[in-house]
Amino acid sequence: MDKTVNQKAWFLVLPVFLVVAFSAVLPLMTVVNYSMQDTFGNNQFFWNGVGWFKELLDPSTDLGGRFLASLGRNLFFSMVILAIQVPLGIVIALSMPRQGWTVAACLVILALPLLIPWNVVGTIWQIFGRPDIGLMGYVLNHIGFDYNYVSNDVDAWVTVIVMDVWHWTSLVALLCYAGLKSIPEAYYQAAQIDGASRWAVFKAIQLPKMNRVLLIAVLLRFMDSFMIYTEPFVLTGGGPGNSTTFVSIELVKIALGQFDLGKAAALSLVYNLIILIVCWIFYTVMTNAGVERKAQAEKEPAVEPKLAGALQPAPALKPKEGVA
Amino acid sequence: MHSIPGRRVIMALFLIFLLLPIYWLVNMSFKTNAEIVSTMTLWPHSPTLQHYKRIFTDESWYSGYINSLEYVVLNTIISISVALPAAYAFSRYRFLGDKHLFFWLLSNRMAPAAVYALPFFNLYSAIGLFDTPWAVALAHCIFNVPLAVWILEGFVSGVPREIDETAFLDGYSFPRFFIRILVPLIASGIGVAAFFCFMFSWVELLLARTLTSVHAKPIAAIMTRTVSAAGMDWGLLAAAGVLTIIPGALVIWFVRNYIASGFALGRV
Repeated sequence: MDKTVNQKAWFLVLPVFLVVAFSAVLPLMTVVNYSMQDTFGNNQFFWNGVGWFKELLDPSTDLGGRFLASLGRNLFFSMVILAIQVPLGIVIALSMPRQGWTVAACLVILALPLLIPWNVVGTIWQIFGRPDIGLMGYVLNHIGFDYNYVSNDVDAWVTVIVMDVWHWTSLVALLCYAGLKSIPEAYYQAAQIDGASRWAVFKAIQLPKMNRVLLIAVLLRFMDSFMIYTEPFVLTGGGPGNSTTFVSIELVKIALGQFDLGKAAALSLVYNLIILIVCWIFYTVMTNAGVERKAQAEKEPAVEPKLAGALQPAPALKPKEGVA
Repeated sequence: MHSIPGRRVIMALFLIFLLLPIYWLVNMSFKTNAEIVSTMTLWPHSPTLQHYKRIFTDESWYSGYINSLEYVVLNTIISISVALPAAYAFSRYRFLGDKHLFFWLLSNRMAPAAVYALPFFNLYSAIGLFDTPWAVALAHCIFNVPLAVWILEGFVSGVPREIDETAFLDGYSFPRFFIRILVPLIASGIGVAAFFCFMFSWVELLLARTLTSVHAKPIAAIMTRTVSAAGMDWGLLAAAGVLTIIPGALVIWFVRNYIASGFALGRV
């Protein structure tokens, strides 16, 4: 089904274009402007050319050292998060009950951490981990661990990671669950007739069908963990020392703490550029996957599940949506 | 064949892991501060509602919830209403620069809020919207509008094109077709998109805090301020935290049947 070429469609896109341009392009121009200048307060600006960018990428300077250190910490954090959350999310999705009221109950509980304001997530773990009033900190200290996330680097890291696992694994699990639900029953029956093992079913049927959602999951998780700010800021404030200072925390420190607009703007642009590159890779892989899918669908149209929107049976369209 | 051995145990353990910190927060919100600091109790031994009473009677507290809800609702309405026509256009037509535009939108969803905090502050101060719910609602559009377009595009693509053609043959004008036929058909998709806009606007703090000072201060910002100033009023903090979870929990309950497909952004 090819799309028709129609330039008038621009009129339909125009509102979105205007709204996003207003909130994205205008501010970005300010950032570019600042990044080339230096200020000594008093709203006086001096031309600095690419000076900030040079400093930013040179680890021997203060700015560069801080940026590269926080970038390294952030990349390490994102990798650890992905290594834990993706397998765990798949396991949770495979563990979902099949039918009955428990499905809805599990879905609601799984989604709960996702809808808690991020600073409250930080607060919850701040309280939960405290050795004096928090259950986790109290229990850990009483069974012999000298656990204190405020003063110990490793404990702070572990707490931030456990907190993120608590906060976001559900997203991966729900995405995978959505992928699993789109697998037609016939596939499983065929596998049963062939006498396929549990592992073979997972590898040959479930994993390929989850490919696409897993891609979304991995990239959403990468992006969001790469720009994490609020939760570790509330929990540890970037400490102890600088051990949990991620790029966003460093950026806000420089921009709103020291009011070093030039440095902050230069950092923002480099930060944004990294995100943009990863995002481009994501987009390209996704669209290619879409094209392959379409080609495959033409070959075997009977078994290819339709898009989720079409998958909803007609009665499911009853108004439940007014609430949100 | 669908699931793995020991799945009930795994699921139960994971749900306990999710619920335990929340339970601890709820537990603390019903304790007196003396009980919190002095003893470690698994449930409140002398339950009290004093913290909740304080929040519901003190205007500087409850106005925070109203402010937050105000900009969240505004943002959801703006995002959905501009995203709907665009989603239709992306789903049905090819036009000059469509792919680039889509990528550009997507890249804004991924842009770190920290980058935009300061320029937004300047921008909204300059146009006189600073410290109003509109500033936060518009600022949150930067990640919610792309997300809404993305989700809705998936759902619109699920509607067979023959329906459009039949409607136009029957003499429906475009706006009438859009409102009378398309919107009801993708109602569940709109619900899911609205849910996501609500969610991401509700949980975001950095921009909301930067763009408000007194009149439109969100509850999340009021919480952080009180923590540092009042010398750790744990019970009050816990009660405020519990109250921020409730709107989200209510919204989830209503859309629970669509959560799964919604999280896949309409394109499983």
